[in-house]
Amino acid sequence: MSLDVQRAVEAVWRIEGPRIVASLAKMTGDLGQAEDVAQEALAEALVSWPAHGVPVNTGAWLTATAKRRAIDAWRRRERLDERHRLLAHELAESGEDAWEPIDDDLLRLVFTACHPALSRESQVALTLRIVGGLTTTEIARMLLVPVATVQARITRAKKTLAAARVPFETPDPSEWRERLTGVLGVVYLIFTEGYAATTGARWMRPDLADEALRLGRVLSGLLPREPEPHALVALMEFQRSRFAAREDAAGDPVLLADQDRSRWDRAQIARGRAALRRADAAASGRARGSYALQAAIAEHHSVAAHIDDTDWEGIVVLYEALGRLTPSPVVELNRAVAVSMATGPATALRIVDEIASSGTLSGSPLLPGVRGELLARLGRRDEARAEFIRAAEGTANEAQRRVLEGKAAALG
Amino acid sequence: MKHMLIMRTTAEALEASKEMDFEEIINAMGAYNESLIKAGVMAGGDGLAPEAGYLVTFSADEPPLVTDGPYGEVHELFNGFWILETATAEEAVEWAKRCPLGPGNTLEVRRITDESDFADFADNEYVQKEAGWREQLGTN
Repeated sequence: MSLDVQRAVEAVWRIEGPRIVASLAKMTGDLGQAEDVAQEALAEALVSWPAHGVPVNTGAWLTATAKRRAIDAWRRRERLDERHRLLAHELAESGEDAWEPIDDDLLRLVFTACHPALSRESQVALTLRIVGGLTTTEIARMLLVPVATVQARITRAKKTLAAARVPFETPDPSEWRERLTGVLGVVYLIFTEGYAATTGARWMRPDLADEALRLGRVLSGLLPREPEPHALVALMEFQRSRFAAREDAAGDPVLLADQDRSRWDRAQIARGRAALRRADAAASGRARGSYALQAAIAEHHSVAAHIDDTDWEGIVVLYEALGRLTPSPVVELNRAVAVSMATGPATALRIVDEIASSGTLSGSPLLPGVRGELLARLGRRDEARAEFIRAAEGTANEAQRRVLEGKAAALG
Repeated sequence: MKHMLIMRTTAEALEASKEMDFEEIINAMGAYNESLIKAGVMAGGDGLAPEAGYLVTFSADEPPLVTDGPYGEVHELFNGFWILETATAEEAVEWAKRCPLGPGNTLEVRRITDESDFADFADNEYVQKEAGWREQLGTN
C-alpha cells in the first residue's frame, strides 16, 4: 500500500477513536485515562502495524491494546486498591470480543467533552480531539494556535474533569435541555469559527466548518428524536452551501446580496432542507427552537433565486420569533437588516440606533458595519463613511477589514 | 473532499453470493450504510441493477457502435457506488475496507474533482456554466 502508515493509522483513529475512548471510559469511568491509554495504543499501532501487518479488526486491536495499557498502569501502582484490582480483572477477562460500538457510550463522550465545568476553549479542543478523532496537530492547524496550546487545553480539560469528579454519564433529565444546548453551542462555535474566522488571514476555514458539520451529523444520528441537533445540521448545511460564492478570487468576502447564487451548492441546500424537515418532524408541533428558526431564515435565502426574490417579510417574522426566544443585540441587528429590505432603511436605522444607545454591541464591528450600510442607502455619505472606518478598525479579520475599507473609500 | 467508492464484482463472486441468504447481505450492507451516515461521511450512493445493459463503443471512422453488454467484453461488473465526504483520502480508504463484501469483489476509491481541478480553465465558458448546471441538476 502506497499510503503513508501514519496517515492510515490516523484515518483508523478518526473512524474508531471516539468509540474506543467511549468504551474504555465506560469501563473505567475515567475519560482522561481512557484518552491517555488510547493514545498509547495508537502510538503502539504506528510501530506494530508496519512490522506485523494491519490487524483485521483495527478497532478491536486498538481497544485491546489500550485496555492492556490501562491494566499495566494500575499494576504499576504500589498499592492496587480493590476497585482497580476488580477493574483490571474485568478488563483482562473482557478480551478482544468486546468490540461493540455503542451509541450510548458515544453520547456520554459528547456530553462529558462539553461538560459545563470546562472552559469553552477546553470544550472545543476536547470535542475535536475525542469526538472528532482529530490529532492535536490537526486541531492546532484548524484553530490557528500552536500545537502546545492545544495539548495544554486538553490536559487542563482532563484535569478539570478529574478534579470536578465529573461522571462519565449522560445528564440527568432535569438538566438535559441545558446540557444539550451546551453541546450544540460547542459544535456551532466550531462551525462559526470556520464560517467567519475571527482571526487569521483567511475569511473562511472550510475544514473547520466541515468538521463541525460532521460532528453535528454524528450528534443528530445519536439523538434522532431531538429537534435541535437536526436543526443545527440544517443551519450549517445552508451556510456551508454558500462558501464557494462567499469569497472572491482575491480571498475577500462577498456579501449575500452580491453572491453568484449559481455557485451555491444545491445538493448541500437539499440536505439542509431535509434536515430542517427532520427537525420539524421531531418537534411534532412544539415551537421551533433557536437553531430551527435560524435554519428557517437560512432556508429562505437558499431558495431565493435572486436577492430581490427573498421573502424578507417572512425573515423578519422569524427574527422576531428568534428575538423573543433568545433576546440578543446580534439578533436585533439582523432583524434590522431584514426590516431594511422588507420596509426600508429608515425604519431599520431606528432599530439600529436603539441597539447603539443600549451600548450592548459597543466595540463590535457589526454595529457600525450595518449602520454604515443603512446610512449609505439613505444617502448620508459622510456619516456612512465614518461608520465603515469605525467598523474596519474594530475587526481582527484582515479580509473583512479590506472590504470595509473599500466601502469607506467608495463613499470618498 | 469527496471520493467515490466504485464497487465491482465478478461472475464467480456473483454466483457465490447467490448461495448466501439475501436478507443477510441486505442487513450487513444496511448496517454499513448506517455507520457511514452516523459518522457523518455519507454523501450519496446507489446500486446498479444486475441485468445486462448496453455498451456504446466509439471509434475514429464509424458512428458509435451499440452492443448488448457490457458482460460479453468485460469480466468485472460495476454494480454500485458510494460518495463519501472525508477529511483525507486515507479515511475514505479505511471506510472502503470496512465494506462487507465477499471474496472476488473490489472497491475502487477515486477522488471526485471539484472546481479547483479546473482552475486553469476558470475563464472557459463551459467551466463557468458547469456551476449553473450543477444547480439545476442538484449534483454538486
